[in-house]
Amino acid sequence: MTSQNDWKKYVIVFFITATLFASAFYVTDYFYNNKINQLKSIQDNISIDILSSETQFSLLQELSCKNVDNSVLSQEINNIADKINYSEKNFATDNTDIRYLKKYYSLLEIKDYILMKKINERCNSENSFILYMYSTDPTCTDCIKQEYVLSVLRAKYPQLRIYSFDYNLDLSAIEALISIYKIPENVPVMVIDGKNYPGFKTTEEIEKIIPQLKDYLKAQKETSNIKPSEKSAS
Amino acid sequence: MASISSVIFYVLIFLSVYVQVFFFVTFLENRKKIIVRNGKIKLSHYPTVTIIVSCWNEDKTIYKTIRSLLGIDYPKERLKIFLVDDGSIDNTWDIMKRFEKYPSISIFHKENGGKHTAMNLGLQYVKTEFVACLDADSFVHPQAVNRMMQCFLENKDIMAVIPATIIRDPKNFVQKIQKIEYFGSIFVKKMLGFLNGLHVTPGTLPIYRREVFDRLGGFRKAHNTEDGEIALRMHQHNLRIDYCHDAYVYTVPPDSLYRLYKQRLRWYYGFMKNLIDYRHLLLRPRLGALSLLTLPSGMVSIFSVIFLFTVFIFKFGNFLIEKIVEVQAVGFSEILWLSRFDWFYFNIKSIPLILIVCYSLIIFSILVGRKIVENHFQPSFYIVFYIATYSIIAPIWFLKAVYNVMVSERPSWR
Repeated sequence: MTSQNDWKKYVIVFFITATLFASAFYVTDYFYNNKINQLKSIQDNISIDILSSETQFSLLQELSCKNVDNSVLSQEINNIADKINYSEKNFATDNTDIRYLKKYYSLLEIKDYILMKKINERCNSENSFILYMYSTDPTCTDCIKQEYVLSVLRAKYPQLRIYSFDYNLDLSAIEALISIYKIPENVPVMVIDGKNYPGFKTTEEIEKIIPQLKDYLKAQKETSNIKPSEKSAS
Repeated sequence: MASISSVIFYVLIFLSVYVQVFFFVTFLENRKKIIVRNGKIKLSHYPTVTIIVSCWNEDKTIYKTIRSLLGIDYPKERLKIFLVDDGSIDNTWDIMKRFEKYPSISIFHKENGGKHTAMNLGLQYVKTEFVACLDADSFVHPQAVNRMMQCFLENKDIMAVIPATIIRDPKNFVQKIQKIEYFGSIFVKKMLGFLNGLHVTPGTLPIYRREVFDRLGGFRKAHNTEDGEIALRMHQHNLRIDYCHDAYVYTVPPDSLYRLYKQRLRWYYGFMKNLIDYRHLLLRPRLGALSLLTLPSGMVSIFSVIFLFTVFIFKFGNFLIEKIVEVQAVGFSEILWLSRFDWFYFNIKSIPLILIVCYSLIIFSILVGRKIVENHFQPSFYIVFYIATYSIIAPIWFLKAVYNVMVSERPSWR
């Protein structure tokens, strides 16, 4: 026979269990918000970096090109791409925070791209860019594969600037890019030096398309071979 | 579709944690009542008891079982032993005949008809106030009967008492992880004993008042789980079952994963079939914890384990596919570029956190069970091995049991 005391126990245990669940959800939410704040803070840094570069570029009229080096350009733009991809994959898909961050990030990418192009033209620098259009549709397996390849390239060649855009992200600036470069719907598509490269491309294929990458690697090796004493002397 | 499976997932996890918390709260309420008696105890009087041992092809263990019965510390004239050979085709009968000369032992031989028929044959000749049943692969601690009889003497409402089944000297890995499982089982059964929610009187020396059989009749085939059926029938008639945590009976567990699988398949198939037969006992407040906690949680645990296993397999499959795609995309030589550590990628999700709480409570129950039997809380690596191994194999016997219930395919005894 279930007495009143027993009923009380069933209810108390229910509340204890519910509290455990609520605590677990709270902790998860806390760490999720932390990650979102981390992404926001990285984006703020990028924004400041771009503003700084733009200001420096405006001053170029009075300064020589040697004063503009890559160090002033945001190095975090590559780093954040993987994190946004990861967040999109692992957090709720309909999350407005992530979509907002993604839109903001896409705009920062476009600004960075425009600035880099201007610097290239004005100073005859040999920075390389890839505009990469993808889809988050899970049936686009080539997009998933291409993302891995681009992550490798980002890590291998910090000088290579890869700008990833969600083809279906509702953002007019992306639509403008699509129309300027006549990017077809069947993603993945990469735009390198104004030319479209549809379909999956391996690391080797991209390295062939952008021959400067080998020079970057050589330069990196040379830099790492310089002795510390030589470094400080220079 | 994904949202429906998420809801099922969360409900099952919630119910699983609920049951563990319920046991934990019950433990906190009753912890002072869990006293382990050491040494001999004296009873105010010694009621008469008959132990029925049903045997079928048990020539490897029957001798030791009978010897352990003869070593029980209980007045010899008050304790009868019935050895029933259920048509064995090995040397069981010959070994039994060697004990014919003992005045307290009676031996019976019959055509093979199943365990319940052997026990019912014994029941026909029982003249004592109490009856116990023992499998021929179990060995009884000398004080077990004394300690269990004290439970009856202290509470006239108790109609059956079950002892703590433990595994002594496990020989291999499979037996060692079962030993850990049995520690956890001691905790759970003790809590169910407090709650009057025990749903099985296993064949390791449960003692019944003879009145139980006079009122309810003998054992039934009950899908080869007569020990579960009689317990449900007792609850149906409001007959209380208690648990004596310090009355030890040692059993020989399956020594291979396949034998363990066969045993558990029979247990869970029988549990589900008996539950279907006694479905009217479910969710009836007048029947207390058995109806509101034990039986529903039994079903929940079967489906939770199957569901969690399916989700795990699905996630693991996805992970493997992802890795294969990764290797296909960049090749082995370049894959190192992708392995950069960053705390950002360390994801804290609610379900693993809840599962950590759930597993902590399971480990706690194992440690309390160990404390009762071995008087220490010392953790063992086998706890991890037990959880890991059972997480993989338990879903298989649960799935097969569910399948067998659906297609009405009865598993074999061995």
